[in-house]
Amino acid sequence: MDPQVRILKVLQKVSGKEISPGADESLFVSGLLDSFALADFVTGLEEEFGVTIPDSDLSARKFDTIGKVEAYLAAKR
Amino acid sequence: MAFLRAFGSWLPPRRVSNRELAPLVEATPEWILEVSGIEERRYASETDIVSGVGLLAAQDCLEKAGATAADLGMILVASGSSDRFCPGPAGQIAAGLGLASTPALDIPVSSAGSLIGLTLAAQLAATAGRVLVVGTEIMSRRVSLTPEGKNTAILFGDGAGAALVDADSGFARIADCCLFTDGSSSEVLFVHDGQFQMDGSAVILHASRKIPRAINELLARNQLAASQVEAFLLHQANLNLIARVAAALKTPKERFFTNIAGYGNTSSASLLIAADEWHRGLTGALAGPLVFSAFGSGLNWGALLAIPR
Repeated sequence: MDPQVRILKVLQKVSGKEISPGADESLFVSGLLDSFALADFVTGLEEEFGVTIPDSDLSARKFDTIGKVEAYLAAKR
Repeated sequence: MAFLRAFGSWLPPRRVSNRELAPLVEATPEWILEVSGIEERRYASETDIVSGVGLLAAQDCLEKAGATAADLGMILVASGSSDRFCPGPAGQIAAGLGLASTPALDIPVSSAGSLIGLTLAAQLAATAGRVLVVGTEIMSRRVSLTPEGKNTAILFGDGAGAALVDADSGFARIADCCLFTDGSSSEVLFVHDGQFQMDGSAVILHASRKIPRAINELLARNQLAASQVEAFLLHQANLNLIARVAAALKTPKERFFTNIAGYGNTSSASLLIAADEWHRGLTGALAGPLVFSAFGSGLNWGALLAIPR
């Protein structure tokens, strides 16, 4: 499955919203994420992609667009 | 061995409601409540000083313990808002208690400082006997009551808490504790030019993962499940964060004592203020394990397990 589709699946699950933001659209401005949902989003990404996201990477800037998340996960593989 | 013997607290009488604060930071009272769970906080008066607030909590704790200052072998004082960088409030609190030679040490760590104090006290009680731990904060002087300072201004309040850790007697034995520090992320929470700076999203992200991890580690190595814990006493940072921690531990949030609605986030004082209020409400003997946990600047975080004696 396309990584962006999998990322979107996690995002929609934690946000409870069915909207699909563009790859470069801020997930915070679009209302899909807030400070608390971000924590669930990161945990969901770990489960969906089978990766461990270290505490040193816990920055909202790394996860605030679908494109950044995709690039981050690609670099983890 | 070390025991929790008593707690104490002091809160300034001035109440600052969301309705009073909201226009200053260009927010609504409803929004403040929604994002923090806080309804009001207490503010110290202009003449209050951090050591003075802490002294009142220390005296309250000693009175509840039926102990005197002369019984103390050591004092540990946590504060992230001390009036002076050096020396901090510990010496002044000791002097206020009438002590002239008892060691009194500062722990300049906001939010997590009291947990660090309790952990150190548990280790030091064997030689010091009775260790008084104080968390004291006047955070209202470290925030900006402006729209630019909104994210911290809505959270913080003033107050002090205290705990007496005793080598011989108390209502619960400190069975284990764990502390962690990760300085690589220290920039998400720090004091700069006298003002508290916070990257709220990063703090929530770190805290909502690190606190459950620390508690789980502590419980696992003591062959305990979260469901067996009588009460969780956490740093009162944000009601939504406490709910997240409860969910992560798959534990009903009712098991987590909270008083943030009335006091706001009193930084390093909050853990001991919460403990004092919880202990006052305890009817009868402690029936099961207690877990304390906090997360704060440094980054520092950890957990402490106390069990009925």
